[in-house]
Amino acid sequence: MSFHRFSGTSDYLASAALRDAVNVAIALEKPLLIKGEPGTGKTRLAEAIAQDLELELLTWHVKSSSQAQHGLYVYDTVQRLNDARFGDRDISDIGHYIKYGPMGRAFQAAERVVLLIDEIDKADMEFPNDLLHELDRMSFLVDETGKTVTAHHRPIVVVTSNNEKELPDAFLRRCVFHFIDFPDEAMMTEIVQVHHPQLEDELLRQVLIAFYWLRDQPEVRKRPSTSELIDWIAALRRAGVSPDSMREQLPFLGVLLKREQDLDAVETRVRHRRVH
Amino acid sequence: MFTGFVVHLRARGLKVTVTEWLTLMRALAEGHARADLAAFYHLARALLVKSETQFDLYDQAFAEYFRDVEARFDVTDELLSWLENPEMPRLLSDEELAALEALDFDELRSTFEQRLREQDERHDGGSRWIGTGGTSPFGHGGTNPGGIRVGGRGGGRSAVQVASERRFRNLRSDRVLDTRSIGSALRRLRRLGKDEGPEELDLDATIDQSARGGGEIELVFGPPRKNRVKLLLLMDVGGSMDPHTQLCERLFSAAHAASHFKSFESRFFHNCPYEHLFTDMEHRRGEPTADVLKRLDSTWSVIFVGDAWMSPYELTHIGGAIDLFHHNRVPGIDWLRRFRDACPRSVWLNPEPQRIWTAPSVAMVRRVFPMFELTLDGLRDAVDTICGRRAAEPLRGGAASTTARGWTH
Repeated sequence: MSFHRFSGTSDYLASAALRDAVNVAIALEKPLLIKGEPGTGKTRLAEAIAQDLELELLTWHVKSSSQAQHGLYVYDTVQRLNDARFGDRDISDIGHYIKYGPMGRAFQAAERVVLLIDEIDKADMEFPNDLLHELDRMSFLVDETGKTVTAHHRPIVVVTSNNEKELPDAFLRRCVFHFIDFPDEAMMTEIVQVHHPQLEDELLRQVLIAFYWLRDQPEVRKRPSTSELIDWIAALRRAGVSPDSMREQLPFLGVLLKREQDLDAVETRVRHRRVH
Repeated sequence: MFTGFVVHLRARGLKVTVTEWLTLMRALAEGHARADLAAFYHLARALLVKSETQFDLYDQAFAEYFRDVEARFDVTDELLSWLENPEMPRLLSDEELAALEALDFDELRSTFEQRLREQDERHDGGSRWIGTGGTSPFGHGGTNPGGIRVGGRGGGRSAVQVASERRFRNLRSDRVLDTRSIGSALRRLRRLGKDEGPEELDLDATIDQSARGGGEIELVFGPPRKNRVKLLLLMDVGGSMDPHTQLCERLFSAAHAASHFKSFESRFFHNCPYEHLFTDMEHRRGEPTADVLKRLDSTWSVIFVGDAWMSPYELTHIGGAIDLFHHNRVPGIDWLRRFRDACPRSVWLNPEPQRIWTAPSVAMVRRVFPMFELTLDGLRDAVDTICGRRAAEPLRGGAASTTARGWTH
């Protein structure tokens, strides 16, 4: 088997540790579990892997009502019942009523795909355990038809979690784990430059000082994320804010802070803030 | 060296299983750590440590273990010598030994040797990926093929230095407790009842059966799958609890937000519950404790939150209540026992760290309820105790003992 080598993309910067984690997960054929603060690019990682390795991406958005079965296939009994009563379709072939979920489709894809299981922690606590067998064996049985679906190519499985629930140990043991740390200033500079290549150095410097200062304020409960920083810079540039004026006031704070209490607290602080 | 490392990690409290360790050996044989201790640091972490709350433990253990040997540590040499003479970690369970037997060392060895050969063949730099050179596309702090500088850091920082920075200290589960993590821990608090209540219509099964039956409607009933947990949260407020107000508020709001309990109630008390429990933090509006107790039965659990730090009189004496205007006829400790008798699955959470649970009153309370620290780990243990996933007994013995550490384990 040739090695797929993930190295980040032009608009997704991956740290060396993250790239290693991705490549180990691919080589060892294990699911890659990704955690990290909101806005650190957990979901985008799967897109970047797919883009970089030129593979198709299948996404399974997990919801609180999701069951493991949904990812494999759903037997559309309602449609069949409807057809039996009113339709003129042939209902004898149950296969027509088996609708494959993202995992089922990933197994049957003609080429290797990236399978993103997004926000796995939203579902019931037992959900990850229910997937163990399929992830280990890369096959599942369609009860209704007696057909076994086996993966042609083992998909690259990326799982994200927001820590809403703890994941079961048995599941964790099988994963390669990476925690996307919040970017430090140097890394953040790189990230911002990808999105705003024309940004003036001095403005960027001031913006980052203000951004990390905000994140450090104990009153701020929902700390601003990378994507909010990118939006904020876009707003500042459009309004033509100069680096000098950033020392005295922070315009468009609403782009960064979404809770009213956070905004109030910070605005009070800004008024008392000394000039850097 | 590698086996010693995994034994060391376990000794430091990381639950590394032999399967995970074998995965690491496979990854090493396939060349994923190159020869570089910094890459080994990340690789071992990705494969052995599955929660960021344990990164700090890992960092400490890593720094301890490699501090003195870092300069002469060579992953390739170590791996070669390990493959020559595969020494096994001790302390293995039978299940783990069985997993080991399944491992084919010859295959690992040949994989590794092949990688080494590839390295020699392509020793012209650029694409080799075992080796200490900084020009590899996968080198730490180097450049990636897209020509994008990553992180802006040069080499130079050693793995031990990185580990010693302990950047993940703030993520430790025995330190941080925000509303979200409390909510996550409380979500584990559930018991699904199959034996309780009338059966419910199972819509999916009904449709399924009807379709299978060619459209003849067939109703299917099943047991309800609802959480049976009923929770009463009793919180000590005021006085010595003031420093913990923020923490208690978080617990309170997380418990309130948790919508998965069958019933949830909360009351406040000061130091020790007596005849009245309060519905507001200022202790103005209240309800007779006896009325609250009447509603409780063994399907309820009570979580007490308090430092249990008071004068022993407040627990043992009639009229011992701290509030001068309140004359209690029943000693505080008896009220606690009444709660325990009504709801045996009850626990006490203490916001103070266990090392300062030295007051005699703490020991007295611990003889009634199992006590846990109000940290994420403590809360998890408390929840597991309530659910019966974990056995924790109240303290035994008569005299106020402060030495009975470890009883929660």
